[in-house]
Amino acid sequence: MANDPYDAPFEHLLRELAPQVLGAVARRFRDFSGAEDAVQEAMIVAFTRWPQQGVPENPRGWMIQVACRRMVDQMRSEIARREREKVVAAEAESLASLLETEANIDPDDTLILLFMCCHPALSLPSAIALTLRAVGGLTTAEIANAFLVPEATMAQRISRAKQTIKGSGVPFRLPSPHERTERLPAVLHVLYLIFSEGYASSIGSHLQRLDLAREAIRLARSTKALLADDPEVAGLLALMLLTDARRAARTGPDEELIPLDKQDRTLWDRAEISEGIEFLTAALSKASVGLYQLQAAIAAVHDEAGRVEDTDWPQILALYELLKRVAPSPIVTLNHAIAAAMVHGPSKGLELLRALDSDPRIAGHYRLDAVRAHLLEKIGDREAAIKHYRIAAARTTSMPERNYLITQAARLAGD
Amino acid sequence: MKYILMMNGKKSDFEGYAGLSKEDLQANVAFMRTFSKELKDSGVFVSTEGLGWPSEAKLVRAGKNGEAITDGVFPESKEFLAGYWIIDVEGAEQAYKVAARASQAPGPGGKPSNMSIEVRPVLSGHADLGL
Repeated sequence: MANDPYDAPFEHLLRELAPQVLGAVARRFRDFSGAEDAVQEAMIVAFTRWPQQGVPENPRGWMIQVACRRMVDQMRSEIARREREKVVAAEAESLASLLETEANIDPDDTLILLFMCCHPALSLPSAIALTLRAVGGLTTAEIANAFLVPEATMAQRISRAKQTIKGSGVPFRLPSPHERTERLPAVLHVLYLIFSEGYASSIGSHLQRLDLAREAIRLARSTKALLADDPEVAGLLALMLLTDARRAARTGPDEELIPLDKQDRTLWDRAEISEGIEFLTAALSKASVGLYQLQAAIAAVHDEAGRVEDTDWPQILALYELLKRVAPSPIVTLNHAIAAAMVHGPSKGLELLRALDSDPRIAGHYRLDAVRAHLLEKIGDREAAIKHYRIAAARTTSMPERNYLITQAARLAGD
Repeated sequence: MKYILMMNGKKSDFEGYAGLSKEDLQANVAFMRTFSKELKDSGVFVSTEGLGWPSEAKLVRAGKNGEAITDGVFPESKEFLAGYWIIDVEGAEQAYKVAARASQAPGPGGKPSNMSIEVRPVLSGHADLGL
């Protein structure tokens, strides 16, 4: 339906414009928090008017004008409250006259927004919510729905995040190259978390729920366009595409989890895989290899195997060894143990797992028990495997994982 | 991560609550209202409900033809859920802090009751990517 305000191209256009408009307005008024409210209002006006009146010739300029008018109105009523201070009033007037000139857009504005939303002063849930709203152009209701919390709670979270940014006194300008290098990992982490929250989500999958994985891919694409020279941004986008490509194969008809080695590989999205590999190859040709590029490279090796037995495990093992040096973490050690088990046999994997038992960062984490159960099953220790599958089932905080793990234990117990 | 914070008590605990003085009850109700507001203001609130008292609880089983067979006799030692909050926070540590705050709900003489709050994760619908 051409006039449906929620039809896809129309919505995409608005979301595309939202951060650009917000950046322009925030820079002009030096007020991120106020500008954010004004842009959300401008988006609502666009949603209601464009279906009837058509999309204006210069939709971005139109949105900036509407948002700036809201800002000026806001300032005027503020001034009225403070009994009309003439100097400030004059300032508002001169800002209003600025509206008549065509708004100049700086692509860096969107980048400034992204760094602002992923500011280290914010908690991760706040940074995620603010990024989706300010950079992703989503409404508070959509974000609340995606995270299954009440809209009022999400509104409060966003409003507090804006206050935190205001209170931290960060100026609306691009971080210096040094600051950028320092803060980019936080930005990438936020985008990654949005992706993983949306990936293979089963709760509410029959409801009209926003697809956070796609949203994260969209955000990663625009970040890549802004930071074209950074190989880790490209690596993250590649990782998302190479993982998302398996989505259709990852759950069965009853939404049960299907592990990589049991998936119907004909369901994998070939186009997404080639695009991911293309980005990854370009990124790897640059100087520095990082966490996301390496994880994308591992995902690519899996994606390139037409059958599970064609998987190039020695290459995966080599990549994990590199990853252990570049970005060591207990989860990396765990995954490295799985790869080592595939190459050198399950006993080798179990031996490597023992090193993790005394690591407080992962001891008690369900994945350690799940992997141990899997390897114990491979060496034929059925009783111990059942025990660890059940411990893992009790420890996971994911419903699909728990169902998968207790089913594994039941399968072994029934043999 | 979502967590559920549960207030549980034996029949005698419910009776103790019902027997509080007017001032103590008012202090308790005011505390609960403030606590809920704090959860909402800090952007972590998901939901909260208070439940009917143990005298209203019934055990129901299906009979041969699927009909409901009810039973209202419980052992004295049984703990009943009095009410709960579900919150959405960064992790378990933050959930424990919120629970410790709930535990300070005033009891007799307006002093913090330090009642125990059972905290458990609410399972998510998305699977771990394993990265």
